[in-house]
Amino acid sequence: MFRLVATDLTCRRGGRTVFHGLSFAASGGEAVQVTGPNGSGKSSLLRLIAGLVPADEGTVALEGGDPEAAIGEQAHYCGHQDAFKPSLTVAENLDFWTAFLGGGGEVRPALARLGLDHLADLPAGYLSAGQRRRLALARLLTAKRPLWLLDEPTAALDAASQKLLAAIMAEHVAAGGVLLAATHMPLGIAARELALGAAP
Amino acid sequence: MSRPLAALFMRDLRLAVRVGGGAMTGIVFFLAVVTIVPFGVGPDMNLLARIGPAILWIGALLATLLGLDRLFQADADDGSLDLLMMGQTPLPLVVLAKAAAHWIATGLPLVIAAPVLGLLVNVPPEALGVVALTLAVGTPALSLIGAVGAALAVSLRRGGLLMAILVLPLTIPVLIFGVAATTAGIVGPLPFGQPFVVLLALSLFACVLGPVAAAAALRFGLE
Repeated sequence: MFRLVATDLTCRRGGRTVFHGLSFAASGGEAVQVTGPNGSGKSSLLRLIAGLVPADEGTVALEGGDPEAAIGEQAHYCGHQDAFKPSLTVAENLDFWTAFLGGGGEVRPALARLGLDHLADLPAGYLSAGQRRRLALARLLTAKRPLWLLDEPTAALDAASQKLLAAIMAEHVAAGGVLLAATHMPLGIAARELALGAAP
Repeated sequence: MSRPLAALFMRDLRLAVRVGGGAMTGIVFFLAVVTIVPFGVGPDMNLLARIGPAILWIGALLATLLGLDRLFQADADDGSLDLLMMGQTPLPLVVLAKAAAHWIATGLPLVIAAPVLGLLVNVPPEALGVVALTLAVGTPALSLIGAVGAALAVSLRRGGLLMAILVLPLTIPVLIFGVAATTAGIVGPLPFGQPFVVLLALSLFACVLGPVAAAAALRFGLE
């Protein structure tokens, strides 16, 4: 059984304790919505699970995953930044990440699903904020990874795109994947809430 | 493992030659340095021939380091670095692929331009090949040593100046043996082989140690 287990996590940033003694678990097929006020450590938690921030205390383990690979190598991380090069075209950007992240997915259908196929040959620098966000989400479709860590996935998306995102997330969860999303907005799918405390 | 690396290498090459990329900056800077020096030194052809190899090497060194601080900073700024660290590819190989793309985009044009610019500083025609050869062997070391400084600069915001201070001393051996090999090849009397072999060794050494050190610096810079 695929399961993400975090035990007694403590995260300090710049000498300030962001959260302390945080434990939770999420099984395959479960969506977790991380909520909390600004500064409560939602983004830090996702980055910590992805291995981009070292944990000051505690451990994160992925049971049933590939024991040889780090958690970050089995996870998608969608942060505040979209990780696209403005001088490369939309298709080139997605091609690169698909190849680098070891995905075998087709780029064009993923772009079509997110309504970006007519922009495929446009340099990514000309995209609007919402379109850039959709391009970042296209990465989730072309490279299969069991754990999704999404930081404010609905930011800058219009209502139709939010519905689309909800459908994509629902598919991932239905396929047995784990989803962690940090957001204030309703996700649009059934999700357990993980509330982080107020900033001390 | 090779497909992600090939994709990264091609992406960095594409970025370097597109608008806003750094490929042309280095070669134009090199051109500027080498063409300005004869005007400054004056019309002493013998002096110029003696310092010619040094001018070409100093020009190449500075041109390589110019813009090298963006090697990882650009990826850190747009979030790409996070994802590069989350790939299945070991980080030292990621560094090696990026440094290789940097060398192809900025180092190789210098090697190709050096014989032409050598004429401006009165390098004997039969020695132009020697200049190009030593640059071809030595400049990869500059890219790889510079990658370590670039990786350190990521964790220090606006670390461009610090990078130059950190990296320049480390590149001095490459400069010394590069110029020594070139001079030996042109006027003698020392044999060309010895400094050239040391230069080669420096490049191979940087090729092994540089990526590992840069990867460690990038991991250390996580926050």
